[in-house]
Amino acid sequence: MASEAGSYANAGEYISHHLTNLTYGKLEAGATMCDGSTLETTQWVLGGCSAEFNQMGFMAFHVDSMIWSILLGVIFLFTFWRVGKKATEGVPTGMQNFVETIVEFIDSQVRDTFHGRNPWIAPIALTVFVWVFLSNLMDIIPVDLIPYTLELLGVKYQKIVPSTDPNITLGTAVFVFFLMIYYSFKVKGFGFIKELSFTPFNHWVFVPFNLFLELVGLIAKPFSLGLRLFGNLYAAEMIFILIALMFGAGIFFAVFGGVLQMAWAIFHIMVIPLQAFIFMVLTIVYLSQAHEDH
Amino acid sequence: MNFNATFIGQIVVFAIFVWFCAKFVWPPIMDAMQARQKKIAEGLDSADRAAKDLELAQHDVAKKLQEAKQEAAAILEQANKRAAQLVDEAKAEARVEGERIVAAAQSEVDKEVNAAREELRSRISELTLAGAERILGSEVDAKKHSELLDKLAAEL
Repeated sequence: MASEAGSYANAGEYISHHLTNLTYGKLEAGATMCDGSTLETTQWVLGGCSAEFNQMGFMAFHVDSMIWSILLGVIFLFTFWRVGKKATEGVPTGMQNFVETIVEFIDSQVRDTFHGRNPWIAPIALTVFVWVFLSNLMDIIPVDLIPYTLELLGVKYQKIVPSTDPNITLGTAVFVFFLMIYYSFKVKGFGFIKELSFTPFNHWVFVPFNLFLELVGLIAKPFSLGLRLFGNLYAAEMIFILIALMFGAGIFFAVFGGVLQMAWAIFHIMVIPLQAFIFMVLTIVYLSQAHEDH
Repeated sequence: MNFNATFIGQIVVFAIFVWFCAKFVWPPIMDAMQARQKKIAEGLDSADRAAKDLELAQHDVAKKLQEAKQEAAAILEQANKRAAQLVDEAKAEARVEGERIVAAAQSEVDKEVNAAREELRSRISELTLAGAERILGSEVDAKKHSELLDKLAAEL
């Protein structure tokens, strides 16, 4: 959007604005406010500029990421819940067909990879897949459409793609990690510790070494899971922002940018389900490993 | 892009999503799909059974038809035999009857011939006498020649 890019001092500011989350967090007393004044008491505030956001510590929420994350999850669950409530064993039509295709796809993936008996795995995989997919899909919406509309309504910052927020992707991955730990202990009990201590070298001398190795491997799982999704979507979002910058640089660049945006969006259509699929498959694989007794 | 409590928020939110999905979303959809699967399997099964039944019935029909044909053939044969027998019987009866009639007629004729012969025999002497009288021109004493005449009559 040409007019919009013009309202920023330079391209750098435009980009950093588009990469800033709207944050509600705790500001310590003495923090510098947007208008230059100093905060007298420690309090929770909805930040108004990046200076305030940066002074917030861990005790802060990305309001936009949370709202979009919850909204997408609710859309997914409500749609599927309504279909499930009206689901008949007769000939499925329309939405039921669509939903059943996805459910069947997830179910077959789980059956292929997960050989234990756990009724929770498939719903977990379904939630992961559809939620990540919808979250990634938000990337297709033109970068300025919703943020700019909200800016006109007074909301200064808005990032609408939850999966470009590392907090969100790592949160999802760590949730999967918690499940892994839970099922490892539930299925193997103490054997899980034993498994960590005595692989790959099955001798008590190597226990500290084994533990170090296995724990690094274990902790690397949620990190790789969350950062892979974040990295892919963040990079894609960044390219969309860069392309959007071209719209403010004259008619030639605007047309060229339009072509590029379409090309990147088409390419991105492949990335969206692919990343959702990878996240889901790895979730199943990790949970499957948690169930396997060696 | 700070690391903050959004992370924990997402864990909680996602846990709720998964719980809701596992409790209220997945089971009814899966139940419906499995019920349909079962229904289709049953349908295919009963179709199979019906096809088998049909085959059996056709087999049965063919067998019954064959039997009926054989029975009909047997009945026909029997009837033919009976008819032939009846004709034969009738023929034999007719022959016997005919023979009987012929025999009766024969005996009647014989009787007639015998009667005529008897009459002729009884009247031969009279005729002879009458003939002799005519030839001799006189009366012949019947008593005298009766022996001769009787002999003549017996020869006839």
